[in-house]
Amino acid sequence: MTRNVDAIVIGGGIHGCSTTLHLCLAGLKPVLIEKDYAGRHASGVNAGGVRQLARHIPEIPLSIRSMGIWEKISDLLDDDCSFESYGQVLVAENEEELAVCRARVAELNALGFTHEELIDAAELQRLVPAVADTCPGGVVSRRDGAANPAQTTTAFRRKAQQLGATVREGVAATNIRYINGLWYVDVGSETFAAPVLVNAAGAWAGKIAAALGEPVPVETVAPMLMITSRVPHFIDPVVILRGRKLSFKQFKNGTVLIGGGHLATPYQDRNETVLDWESLATSARTVFELFPVMRSATIVRAWAGIEAKMKDDIPVFGPSSRHRGLYHQFGFSLHGFQLGPGAGAVMAELIVNGGSQTRVSELGIDRFHPSTL
Amino acid sequence: MTVAPKREDYDVVVIGAGPAGLAAAATSAEAGLSTLLLDENIGPGGQVFRAIATTPVTDRSQLGADYWVGADLVQALRASNAEIIHRATVWSLDRNLDIAVSIGGASAFVRAKRVILATGALERPFPIPGWTLPGVMTAGAAQTMLKSSALVPDGRTVIAGQGPLLWLLAAQILRLGGRIDRILDTTERGNYFAALPHAFAFLTSPYFAKGLSMMREVKAKVQVVSGVTELSAAGDGQLASVSYVAGGKRETIPADLLLLHQGVVPNVNLAMSAGIEHRWDDLQLCWSPVLDANGSSSVAGIAIAGDGAGIGGANAAVVRGRIAARAAVEALAPAVAAKLPSMATLRTDLAKAERGRMFLDTLFRPAPQFRIPTGDTIVCRCEEVTAKDVLDSVAIGATGPNQLKAYRRTGMGPCQGRLCGLTVTELMAQARAKTPQEIGYYRLRAPVKPITLAELAAVPKSEADVKAVVRG
Repeated sequence: MTRNVDAIVIGGGIHGCSTTLHLCLAGLKPVLIEKDYAGRHASGVNAGGVRQLARHIPEIPLSIRSMGIWEKISDLLDDDCSFESYGQVLVAENEEELAVCRARVAELNALGFTHEELIDAAELQRLVPAVADTCPGGVVSRRDGAANPAQTTTAFRRKAQQLGATVREGVAATNIRYINGLWYVDVGSETFAAPVLVNAAGAWAGKIAAALGEPVPVETVAPMLMITSRVPHFIDPVVILRGRKLSFKQFKNGTVLIGGGHLATPYQDRNETVLDWESLATSARTVFELFPVMRSATIVRAWAGIEAKMKDDIPVFGPSSRHRGLYHQFGFSLHGFQLGPGAGAVMAELIVNGGSQTRVSELGIDRFHPSTL
Repeated sequence: MTVAPKREDYDVVVIGAGPAGLAAAATSAEAGLSTLLLDENIGPGGQVFRAIATTPVTDRSQLGADYWVGADLVQALRASNAEIIHRATVWSLDRNLDIAVSIGGASAFVRAKRVILATGALERPFPIPGWTLPGVMTAGAAQTMLKSSALVPDGRTVIAGQGPLLWLLAAQILRLGGRIDRILDTTERGNYFAALPHAFAFLTSPYFAKGLSMMREVKAKVQVVSGVTELSAAGDGQLASVSYVAGGKRETIPADLLLLHQGVVPNVNLAMSAGIEHRWDDLQLCWSPVLDANGSSSVAGIAIAGDGAGIGGANAAVVRGRIAARAAVEALAPAVAAKLPSMATLRTDLAKAERGRMFLDTLFRPAPQFRIPTGDTIVCRCEEVTAKDVLDSVAIGATGPNQLKAYRRTGMGPCQGRLCGLTVTELMAQARAKTPQEIGYYRLRAPVKPITLAELAAVPKSEADVKAVVRG
């Protein structure tokens, strides 16, 4: 039996969940389809960075929009998502790196963006006393912070459900087709039909886009993270490095999350990843050098989440260039978590109003269309 | 002395030097395969033959004849060409058969054509009120001290629980002059009837005569209370008393030491972290790997032998070790395999060793109230999460152990769920009216045992590029 709804969202990551919630807020009745469970992959197991810092320029408006939502996340979700805002700091380890930072901040200022702020060695030491004192400065984005990714994604799913969204977890969306102005999707023995289809299927979204005639240069990646045992509190902001792959965050309970984008081997069809310990050892060495206090900490667990990475490292976001009623929201390329709340809000505006005040025009799928190449 | 593996590649790497691992490594090495045996303990034997080569206990009758069987296995292994490394903690195994091992504070990587996991069993969690108090410990921990150091309790000691190992430990403590004030037997009365259909196999198995005489020996010296239906430990920062209900009557007795034991379950952490499929065993009430008749798992090249393959006891473990090793020999050196005992012979041995197991599993199936706690009883010791906390999380949408992590961090501490995993699965299954199979288990990840950041940092550098990519 076919059930008619207002929109079908495929993918229960933070993006699919956020879009579903914002469609509910706009008065629509959407269905969310997730083949595993909400937050099973990258959205639930990423570093939880809520970061405007060091973003690609085309996605900065979306990031700023999102930041406003993060700061009131409890009002939206009735859940604090363990969001905390101690800033994010990009560390320059030498003068050359600091020069790059200086140029970057000047470029952003010229475009009217002021969230990134150049800092000297003294301010860096004040913000991150544990960092090696040879570092000459860096960039801070003071409103940034971190949240618990699984808690956040779950909270979006739960709130959407409370507001009337239908959620199907544990069953894949199959047999996607467009007939007489409606999108049809099979979910196990059920069929849903709606005028709107949102492709927010993360690492699985590229296949859906390709099947619908919009192939894009996307690959599946699995960035690795590891977490330590509890160590005495020594750092508040999230720290990332300019020149080396490292992100670093201490939680309230004392555990320290070490990431930075070293990749595991994804086995997408099995929902599995195989970790690359030699790369993780590189991360460990970087931490060992920069934060002597961490040397005796133990590594308790390492993991990787499966996600989509675009060739140009910025997401595919907005209406399809081929099909009416189809919208893409995927390919966040290792930095989609912070964008989730804002992207859901903007996507709902695109669907309901046909446009948004937030500029996302450079993120469209048409940038890959043969006619535009 | 720290010994790193001599090579980077082996035909067979066996992990764990208990009965299964000893037998597997000896079989594989005798057949001429390059064989590495990695074991976490200071000497061979695993738990059942712990300290077999070094124990200060010299009177053979005190630990029992079964214990000394281990000496023959060790001798056979040492006569072979197997490379043996103790104090070697394997902290990662993946589906490419890449193994990371920590030896004396330094990590090494080796690769195998075949891996035989013989990581044995763990004691089942026994989450009663007060089980985290100092003064409450597992019977297995007490047995470790007894075997390796001849240490036995001398304060007021209560042993509570059920199962063959409980009686074995009690007998061993008494023989070594230790003190036991009372044994609280939690075996459910109904289990005796349920086990009856399997009694014939048990009566004709070697377990029967040995078990009976051991229970008689213990009961002659210690007051045993059977049919215990409730149990709790209390004290202010230290165990002071044990309360129990038997036959509808509550009693509280003072105690300095409470030893808890309600059977053992497969130690699945390394196998699960390698991606091996496991299923819920409704009789043994635990996760067991899905294996074929040779012990081969769902990951090509990895076999599991011994109690890690499903609880079968030491005799079965030895045979399972030989079967898994023979399968490896068949695959890697078929010509040599013909000289080994045939699979048919080994399977007959296994059937004999497993005789009586159904009876034991049915009789000693722990009662629900000792597996599924309520209220303020701690479930996850690492993060101090109670049964009520878990149920509250279920009420607001946590559907399984992995989702629960987002609410309560259960299983995310250093023990990686060893002390709470089964409890969480069964508690959530009960709360959601699902089967444990449907609820599932934690996704386990390496390092299966923690390693220091300094140790990881000291791993030889790779060729990987260091292009800066920051992530959100």
